[in-house]
Amino acid sequence: MIVNLNINNQERQVEIKPAERLIDVLRREGFFSVKEGCRKGNCGACVVLLDGSPVNSCLIFAARCEGRRIETAESLGSTENLHPLQKAFLDEGAIQCGYCTPGMLLSAKGLLNENPHPAEDDIKKALDGNLCRCTGYVKIIKAVQKAAEAIGKTR
Amino acid sequence: MDELCVVGKSIPRPDAWDKVMGKTRYVDDITLPGMAYAAIYYSSLPHAEIKELNIAKALRVPGVLAILRASDIPGKNFIPMIKEDWTFFAKEKVVYPGEPIALIVAESKDAIMDAWEKISVVYEELPAIFDPEESLKPGAPQINPIGNLLSLHKIRTGDLELGFMESDVIIEGVYETDYQEHAYLETQGALAVPGAEGGMTVYGSMQCPFYVLKGVCMILGLPQHKVRIVQTPTGGAFGGKEDMPSLFAGLAALAAWSIKRPVKLTLDRRADIIMTSKRHPSRSYYRLGAKKDGTLMACEARVYLDPGAYATLTPSVLWRCCIHSCGPYRIPHVKVDAYAGATNKVPCGAYRGFGSPQVIFAMERQMDKLAREIAMDPLKLRAMNALRQGDSTVTGQTLPWSVGLEECIQKAAEASRWEEKRSRYPAEDGYKRRGIGCSFLHYGVGLGAAGSRIDVAEAYVQIKPDGGAVFAVGTTDMGQGMQGVLTQIVAEGLGGIAPQQIQMLPVDTMQVGDSGPTVASRATYTSGNAILDACEKIMDEMKKGAALLLKCEPSQVRAGGGKFFQESAPEIFYTFAQVAAECSARHFGLTHTGYFKSPDTSWDSETGQGKAYVAYSFGVQIAEAEVDMQTGEARVLDIWAAHDLGKVVNPKMAQGQIEGGVVQGVGYSLMEFIALDGKGRIQNPSFSNYIIPTSLDAPLVHSEIVESVYPEGPFGVKGFGETPLMGVAACVANAVSDAIGRDVDKIPMLPERLLEKMKG
Repeated sequence: MIVNLNINNQERQVEIKPAERLIDVLRREGFFSVKEGCRKGNCGACVVLLDGSPVNSCLIFAARCEGRRIETAESLGSTENLHPLQKAFLDEGAIQCGYCTPGMLLSAKGLLNENPHPAEDDIKKALDGNLCRCTGYVKIIKAVQKAAEAIGKTR
Repeated sequence: MDELCVVGKSIPRPDAWDKVMGKTRYVDDITLPGMAYAAIYYSSLPHAEIKELNIAKALRVPGVLAILRASDIPGKNFIPMIKEDWTFFAKEKVVYPGEPIALIVAESKDAIMDAWEKISVVYEELPAIFDPEESLKPGAPQINPIGNLLSLHKIRTGDLELGFMESDVIIEGVYETDYQEHAYLETQGALAVPGAEGGMTVYGSMQCPFYVLKGVCMILGLPQHKVRIVQTPTGGAFGGKEDMPSLFAGLAALAAWSIKRPVKLTLDRRADIIMTSKRHPSRSYYRLGAKKDGTLMACEARVYLDPGAYATLTPSVLWRCCIHSCGPYRIPHVKVDAYAGATNKVPCGAYRGFGSPQVIFAMERQMDKLAREIAMDPLKLRAMNALRQGDSTVTGQTLPWSVGLEECIQKAAEASRWEEKRSRYPAEDGYKRRGIGCSFLHYGVGLGAAGSRIDVAEAYVQIKPDGGAVFAVGTTDMGQGMQGVLTQIVAEGLGGIAPQQIQMLPVDTMQVGDSGPTVASRATYTSGNAILDACEKIMDEMKKGAALLLKCEPSQVRAGGGKFFQESAPEIFYTFAQVAAECSARHFGLTHTGYFKSPDTSWDSETGQGKAYVAYSFGVQIAEAEVDMQTGEARVLDIWAAHDLGKVVNPKMAQGQIEGGVVQGVGYSLMEFIALDGKGRIQNPSFSNYIIPTSLDAPLVHSEIVESVYPEGPFGVKGFGETPLMGVAACVANAVSDAIGRDVDKIPMLPERLLEKMKG
């Protein structure tokens, strides 16, 4: 079957099987920032934004995303023009192995879409579904705070 | 060395740019034309003879290309590690649930799933054994060809009887620790590509490409110059990708060899948890003797690690366990026996700390009980017995330098306001009670006497005519940040050039010589030294080039800040790029290889005495915990972690290691638990029920860094990637015991276990 997806602001017609998961379709289309960590929606490595809200793409059928807006980490920014979240993750040292990073960035972006001035507890709650085994979360939480401040200043 | 330009600065790591853009390609992100997939069919029983293995039906599944068994191996069915017992496929019998029996190779993952269902095995079950102590009793079923005793290590010093006779107090205890699963976010995987020259290339997620090289050569029967191993960006390892990648890369290579096409073998989370090594469960029996004033006199320990069915890395893990079993203390009379008795469970292997967190937990619980018995502050008791420069360890090794324990004690105690809290908390009552506890630790850097043959490193450095530098090493970055740290060392070694001018190549066994495994917190120390050796050779050449430009003798040329100049006239200089261009034009060779061999160590396995390691890192950790007296749930609120790691190359990344290690330690202490059924099968192979800490579980981590330099490390580096995890279970258990007024001698401290404790 054919499904119309808006992936990173680009309309695409994608041939899929009816029971295919969104993660498999996105990776087949070349969006390798979407990582598989558990297949069960526990780890958050496959988080993408669906109409601006974070979802585990391993738990969603691609067929259910007809006409919807999908954002992956590839859309966040470029080397010359980093998204404030990307810049903060770099500056704060929030990246180690990097496997959780795309999902982590998107969950954080989803949070900032909803709540531009999150308290520390809000950040911890928003990232609770994204496992990171390397950093102990300390620098990730700090980076999200810094990014929120930076975005606040540009508004 | 004059002032450092790059080493010691918190600059972002070079690999972070691709990672933050989502561009990093891990092995599962690579797809090649004509690539097929493979998956391992594994045993469902702990101990059984394989009577029949039926694959005919599975072979008829559309898309299935091959189903490979032990008889299809062109080389040897044997994975080179420490002992000669570990195999790629089970031989006549399986010895643990999860042991590979066959390899399904197919066009798609769907075809693999269909084929899996159609394979059948007829087993004849044998008596199995699940406890490492039981394993060593007479009459126990023999499960490993080398015997059930997979390893034994000991320490003997002084006169134990005399030590206890002279003690005023003797503390006895039994301590148990459980498995810990590495839970790296990227599961294991390898991609094998048959080469045009009749050889094999394997790309994969790994810590130790040279182990993998030996494994692939073994299974294919190929010489080393026909096999190339390339590490792909690795999504966490923590020890879990030390031994296991030899198995997965070997099997991927077997499949690729067999069908003459590229084959990718990646594990899903379930298979990864079922099939891969973990931290050894342990049971330890301790007796500790001391004078009334707190002076330690004697320590006797009997430690059992549960290695699972094969030896894999257990002999090394047990050795480190043994040497660290008495903590960073002066104790005159010591007897330690450490055993690994085979069980019919998944083989255990390396995990951050490598056998030490288990005994640190036991010893540090003992220290708290001793403190209570003699009514002394537990931190003071430890401090008065702590190793200082010039002291001897329990293995008779004198420590001539780099013992930063005292400074760690001060920093951790002050930052945590230890004294105030320690006196305040016992008075608390109510549903939620707080406690505070501490632990001291030391850690032998590098492989030590047990691995001195392979404690070497090579580095390749090449300068481009435009002043850029390319380097390669044989140790790996698995996420910990070695690429960034070594880039800083290259930058410094080349006279303070900008790190942006430097590129590290992927680790490739055809690029550099065997540099040993990336374990034991050794990468910065060993590869860093090899890099400095290569840089020194390059700088000698470049100084000749600079001398021609500066019209002086090479011996008069100085380098610094990315420039070459004469000491007498630093304002006249040539940049690194200018000198590189000059050297290139004159055909001065600016490509060099550097070498490093760790200084000699020694070990007498009969007496358990010797210079076990070249140097030690130290740490003091203090935890503040809160226990809900109604639900039994413990939370760690704060951890103060003071670590002596020698010279710090990148303070922010060092802090990241502390924070990450501490939170892994909190998981180990409180929640991470592998549930087995009566046949040793893992019942919770997923993150739904193997629970690791999330952002909501992480305590506040306060890191304190102590730089007690090690003169033989690059710029004074020691290495410390493992230490932040090592003392956490101990200090958290001490804090929880303090909070509830009961001794907690078993981890993880699950709520149901604590509730049981509080009832008793």
